[in-house]
Amino acid sequence: MMKKNNPTPRRHLPVGQALLTAPYILWMLIFILVPLGVVVFYALTDANTGLFTLDNLGKVFTGSFPAIFGRSLWYSLLASLICLVIGYPVAYFIARQKPSVQRTLYMLVMLPMCMSFLLRTLAWVGLLRDTGIINGFLGLFGLGPFNLIRNTGAVILGMVYNYLPYMILPLYSVIMKIDPLLIEAAEDLGCSNRKVFTKVILPLSMPGVISGITMVFVPAVSTFYISQKLGSTGTTMIGDVIESQFKMAHNFNLGAALSLVLMVLIFVCVGVMNHFAGDDKDGGVVI
Amino acid sequence: MSKELIRLRNLVMEFDGERILDDINLYFNDHEFLTLLGPSGCGKTTTLRIIGGFLTPTAGDVLFDGARINDVPPYKRQINTVFQRYALFPHLDVYENIAFGLRISKLPKDEIDRRVMEMLEVVSLKGYENRKITSLSGGQQQRVAIARALVNRPKVLLLDEPLGALDLRLRKDMQNELKRIQQAMGITFIYVTHDQEEALAMSDTIVVMDKGRIQQIGTPEDIYNEPKNAFVADFIGESNILDGIMLEDFRVKFFGRVFTCVDKGFKTNEPVDVVIRPEDIDIVAPEQGHLTGTVTSVTFKGLNYDIIVDFKGFKWLIQTTDFHPVDATIGIRLNPEDIHVMKKSEYSGMFGDYSSYSAEYDELTEDADDEEE
Repeated sequence: MMKKNNPTPRRHLPVGQALLTAPYILWMLIFILVPLGVVVFYALTDANTGLFTLDNLGKVFTGSFPAIFGRSLWYSLLASLICLVIGYPVAYFIARQKPSVQRTLYMLVMLPMCMSFLLRTLAWVGLLRDTGIINGFLGLFGLGPFNLIRNTGAVILGMVYNYLPYMILPLYSVIMKIDPLLIEAAEDLGCSNRKVFTKVILPLSMPGVISGITMVFVPAVSTFYISQKLGSTGTTMIGDVIESQFKMAHNFNLGAALSLVLMVLIFVCVGVMNHFAGDDKDGGVVI
Repeated sequence: MSKELIRLRNLVMEFDGERILDDINLYFNDHEFLTLLGPSGCGKTTTLRIIGGFLTPTAGDVLFDGARINDVPPYKRQINTVFQRYALFPHLDVYENIAFGLRISKLPKDEIDRRVMEMLEVVSLKGYENRKITSLSGGQQQRVAIARALVNRPKVLLLDEPLGALDLRLRKDMQNELKRIQQAMGITFIYVTHDQEEALAMSDTIVVMDKGRIQQIGTPEDIYNEPKNAFVADFIGESNILDGIMLEDFRVKFFGRVFTCVDKGFKTNEPVDVVIRPEDIDIVAPEQGHLTGTVTSVTFKGLNYDIIVDFKGFKWLIQTTDFHPVDATIGIRLNPEDIHVMKKSEYSGMFGDYSSYSAEYDELTEDADDEEE
């Protein structure tokens, strides 16, 4: 628990320490703030004249774009919730093991993250396609082939698979820190195992839940490639649209405007989530 | 003291082949304030956790109101616990922490409110109901923990070194407070501590434990005045323990001299341990004393001086309100009731010699603050 009662008075860093932070501040300037400025610039200027315009932003709210935005948010939310449902029991299980077992299981959760994101997604194509491994296996028993790919389910499966570790890890680190004495105290005060979970463990792991959802939702909503490989034209996500604006349509201005709107939407979503978490943000990710 | 409420029968507890509790037999009366007292690792906390239901004994029975409750989970026992580190719920405020048990048993809202408010008054925390747990001091958290347990009106309250983390002044206040609450509510308290002063001040009955065994059970006066062996004599207060020979009833010989005492029932010429409390010794002029010795060290303690006196190479601790300088020769007199004779035990010869005074004395007064798990 953080103590919030006695904020330490603001102090100016000694010059030596300030110099040590200089490389990162420089980094932030060059690689975060300047590119952001460039995106804003492109979003607010006309492709031909280079003059200020709101047309690009206006276009974001026309045609198929609003539906694609909506779809991206919806898929990401769904993927986050599925990750939570799968990830919570896993995180809880890991956190209750002996330290040595915990380390091994933690490594196993991390392991897929060491593999390339693109490769992991491509592997699912090999598994799911009509002539893929799963249908091939089922074919041995005279079943199928089933239509497992090029649909919404496959896209969400890809997202869940890719982002599940980001849900498990924050949950694990929060659940691990819950004092076992609190569980005994709850039992002592009349809680059955189920009540111990709903009244003590779950509320105390809320920071991890919020942090996990945020860490899955934010990258998921802007993800690309998964839908291209596992989905159909009906499952296109906004990340893919932005990519195509830059790489195929070469409309940098519209691409920038789409990115900007997406960023604002993510801010709003994360803000709403943190609001639901209450004012107790200990251990949570604040964006 | 009224009827028996809890009984431990032939209780044995082993962890990884190590025997933590060795055949504990003990009963607890209703409305009693009973303290399990002993050094770290003596098995007192283990005993408490078995009563609370957090541990299952390796062998033996736990009886509650005559019924065996070995396999009854904690949440079904009419027992509540005040934990060593309080274990308050950080996600709930003071009010909700206290109301926790009542909400679990689904009491009506107005009754919960009435009982929580009543409890807040009992522990002097009125006006703190909406405070966050993390904003409270140790003493306040302690009182919330007590209120959270007591509000459920348990038949038995288990307290595991609840005052260990508090400073001396607060500890004294809370001792009185706990005793007052226990008497006002008429609940059985089973209290675990390694602090002998705390045990003497609060308890109706003290159970002294060491090495997983009960060394003595008795009232604070019994334990202090009639310790059963050298361990108890040394652990409760300060004691000079000497080798003696019980010549016959009421006559004991030590230091080559025969003294009259009030003890009887030993075999003729039985070797015994003789306990003499430092505060019982009268200092007189050397020529009037039963024994004469030389002062080797003086420590001012506020209430009295602790002086170490060398009698023929055996050093005694004597507490006196008069100042006697180092190297002074003094005489002492021992009245029959100042001499307490004990049977020899496995602890004989281990305690009660103040030859290595400073080290041992510091260790004894401060005791080990380390927690027993």
